[in-house]
Amino acid sequence: MGTNDQKRSLPHGLRLVALAGAAALTLTAGLATPLDPASQQARAADDGKKVLTVAVAQSVDSLSPFLAVRLLSTSIHRLMYEYLTNYDPKDNHAIAGLATKWEPSPDKLTWTYTIRDTSKWSDGQRATAEDAAWTFNKMMTDTGAATANGSYVGNFRKVTAPSPTKLVIELKKPQATMAALDVPIVPKHVWEKVSDFSEFNNDKSFPVVGNGPFVLSGYKADSYVRLKANKDFWRGSPKFDELVFRYYKDQDAAVSALRKGEVSFVAGSPSLTPAQAESLKGADDIQVNDAPGRRFYALATNPGAKAKNGKKFGDGHPSLLDQRVRNALFRAVDREAIIDKVFRGHAVEGEGYIPPRFQDYFWKPSADRKLSYDPAEAARLLDQAGYKKNGDGKRVGKDGKPITYRVLCHATDPNDKAVGKYLQEWWGELGIGVRLNCLDNVTDPWLAGKYDLAFDGWSVNPDPDFVLSIHTCGALPATPEETGATDNFICDKKYDELYARQLTEYDPAKRADIVKQMESRLYDLGYMNVMAYPNAVEAFRTDQIKSITTMPAKAGNIYGQDGYWSWWSAVPADSGGSSDNAASTTVVVGIVAGVVILGGLGVFAAMRRRATAEERE
Amino acid sequence: MTADATPALVEDKQRAAGPRVRKSSAYPRYLAGKVAGAAVSLLAVLVTSFFLFRLIPGDPVKTMTGGRQVSAEQLAAYREEFGLDLPLWRQFTDYCGKALTGDFGTSYQFRAPVIDKITEALPNTLLLTGTAFVLYTALGILLGTRSAWRHGRLGDRVNTGLALTLYSIPSFWLGLLLIIVLSVGIGPLPGMFPTGGMESGGEEGLAYVLDVAHHLVLPVVTLVAVEYGQTLLVTRSALLDEMGSDYLTTARAKGLRDDLVRRRHAVPNALLPTVTLIFINLGRTVAGVILVETVFSWPGLGGLFYQALSVPDLPLVQGLFFVFAAAVILMNTLADLVYPLLDPRVAR
Repeated sequence: MGTNDQKRSLPHGLRLVALAGAAALTLTAGLATPLDPASQQARAADDGKKVLTVAVAQSVDSLSPFLAVRLLSTSIHRLMYEYLTNYDPKDNHAIAGLATKWEPSPDKLTWTYTIRDTSKWSDGQRATAEDAAWTFNKMMTDTGAATANGSYVGNFRKVTAPSPTKLVIELKKPQATMAALDVPIVPKHVWEKVSDFSEFNNDKSFPVVGNGPFVLSGYKADSYVRLKANKDFWRGSPKFDELVFRYYKDQDAAVSALRKGEVSFVAGSPSLTPAQAESLKGADDIQVNDAPGRRFYALATNPGAKAKNGKKFGDGHPSLLDQRVRNALFRAVDREAIIDKVFRGHAVEGEGYIPPRFQDYFWKPSADRKLSYDPAEAARLLDQAGYKKNGDGKRVGKDGKPITYRVLCHATDPNDKAVGKYLQEWWGELGIGVRLNCLDNVTDPWLAGKYDLAFDGWSVNPDPDFVLSIHTCGALPATPEETGATDNFICDKKYDELYARQLTEYDPAKRADIVKQMESRLYDLGYMNVMAYPNAVEAFRTDQIKSITTMPAKAGNIYGQDGYWSWWSAVPADSGGSSDNAASTTVVVGIVAGVVILGGLGVFAAMRRRATAEERE
Repeated sequence: MTADATPALVEDKQRAAGPRVRKSSAYPRYLAGKVAGAAVSLLAVLVTSFFLFRLIPGDPVKTMTGGRQVSAEQLAAYREEFGLDLPLWRQFTDYCGKALTGDFGTSYQFRAPVIDKITEALPNTLLLTGTAFVLYTALGILLGTRSAWRHGRLGDRVNTGLALTLYSIPSFWLGLLLIIVLSVGIGPLPGMFPTGGMESGGEEGLAYVLDVAHHLVLPVVTLVAVEYGQTLLVTRSALLDEMGSDYLTTARAKGLRDDLVRRRHAVPNALLPTVTLIFINLGRTVAGVILVETVFSWPGLGGLFYQALSVPDLPLVQGLFFVFAAAVILMNTLADLVYPLLDPRVAR
């Protein structure tokens, strides 16, 4: 038997493959030695730059500011492009951005903005009022460009730029939100070359021309988004040289990356879980930021879905049209237990519609109006409404059938599932059944009005106009076939009147007072039960970030701010890696790799030698 | 070759030699049958991928624009843009026609051609699952062969026990465990590997290759650990069936070394079930492994499929489903075509 036969024999081939694989793994394992500080420290890039790395989970939907709607994408646009105005990190009031000042005409229908003359695009050209006018006009005339922010220009009649520093916006009717136009202003000379705004994703050519604190310098889908500091930014250059958003689809893996130092910051989606926060609290060089959040977490009832044309649709339970039933259900929700057991203390008990961190607009019911936890009162209200228990202890509807509510919940949100279990217990004691309908995609049944109650939650902006608008009659779909901006089909004339008043009220104090009246009205209607204001729970490495601005400054969040304050203000910790370290690492890695490859070849040769020796015997 | 070889041994040798056996006259008919079967299966997948996901309730355009106020005109424009205004049969014929040219439409959520999203993620998945595939197949066959040959001994019991244990472990759990132990580091053991992702970003040339290799280690180890057991068990079982065969006794009686009897005679004849498994796994390689890709934040097709389903992004779901199914069909067909080369009786 010749050796040629042996060469063809399968096990030897496989042995070769296995050996090669083992060598590959050993080789790469060698690369991962503790000698490799670059892999350990997020802040030291190969060339010694200070890099701030942020763990994110959400995919970028688009890098075009005309298309992007996801939080990550819009946050990146905040960093890439200046908006007309910004929000003060201390108290959220509107401050200068690309515009240095703005004022309405006496008839409240024309706003004139003075555009900053020191803002430059990253390709060296000056940013002017013409760029802003072009951006708004494009959104007003091109449906593709109106995809993401079209609602901001819905009330615009005309936008002009009489001079490079003067922008004039004429309105169809007064609106008080003209200092809260969260629209990225793009460079006309770059974007006017785009032929189809509904398809252009702004993610192929880098660096992307912008005038924000950072310039987008690289992007790879679901791998990373890389931004470099804009040294010419008018407010001053960021302290970190680069900002990198890295993807961690699994939250536990992201927390591990923070522990290891691969990332400087992790926020969760939207927050770290209580268990993750607890585990990080004792870790070295890690600070957990457990701050009042900007979200509310609510239970919303289906008030009978209908369109603007009056046509009803959906199949919400008719008993929920009775305010006594809605109040009874909310009287049987122990919010304190939810804070303690579900949020483990990382939340504040819910009251009014707008979270307390927005002090100007925060409203809470007086003690005598508060729908506090009172199961006996809940039972009494249900009896009074005519929904009494049958012989089996079940409350029956007008049709004589036991009531079981379908509660729409987000399959990806553990809080929904946990609170749902409590609802089953609490409402079960009242004689009401609960069927949790947890879905990845809740949009379809929600838009179709095919639910009885739903877990609801929104992040509130410093200007509350948007979250208030989603409960107006005007937000209903025009017909059942169309899509409205409504949250859950609430339509109340009194609420609408208040909404219209606040929108035209240019005095901040008076406007805040009207907003509180709207919250009061919403509370009385009982369609929304705000159960909690979840905290923003996030963590960062103190050996990488020396200081960072929260919003509000005293006790606020870092990720997802209204503005670019956190990443723009972040100061690197003193210690850090250098390019020398990285270079020496490469040398070490090369040596290790060479030794491993030679060793692997040696072993293989020895095995072959032994085999042929046996054959010779 | 000795001159006094028995006819049985000659036949066994021919079978063992594998590729040296030429196609029988039945092979073309066999080939045509398998290729036709594959074509019909592909067609069935095309039809299924179109209709199956239309059973998901809801209006795709409303889902796409959920949360935003959209006028009737805009909704109509979207429907026209995505061809949803056409009758179902027209949508179907358009879909089939375009799919055959690789055009699966435009992703709702990414506003990009589906084929672009797939070709963007496919190499990443192939790198991860392909590397793992080569390693766990080699490891499974090697250890499976050794286990069968020395069945009942301590080594066999340890091998099969370990394989069964690892095979039973959920891959995401093992992945997280490896991250904690080998990535973050535990006790005196330092963190050696990245916690996730495919690259650090910003690397070029050799540094990029090494960086990707570094990121590849833990997900590959996870996949190999979980998957090699299946190959091991199938190989072991098939080889055990061959162990008592007369031709092996004859081979031994001829004075051939035990190692040669195993490698040259027993293993080739026992490979058929393993080959089936290899090709099925090869097909699955394209689909990636969703949980491992998620735990290690690997930007592959598995993660893309999950994102597409959760919207749901119909064009992307359909495109991915077709690609996954087509890969499995293609590999199964290839397996069918290879069988006669290993055992000519299959084609008869």
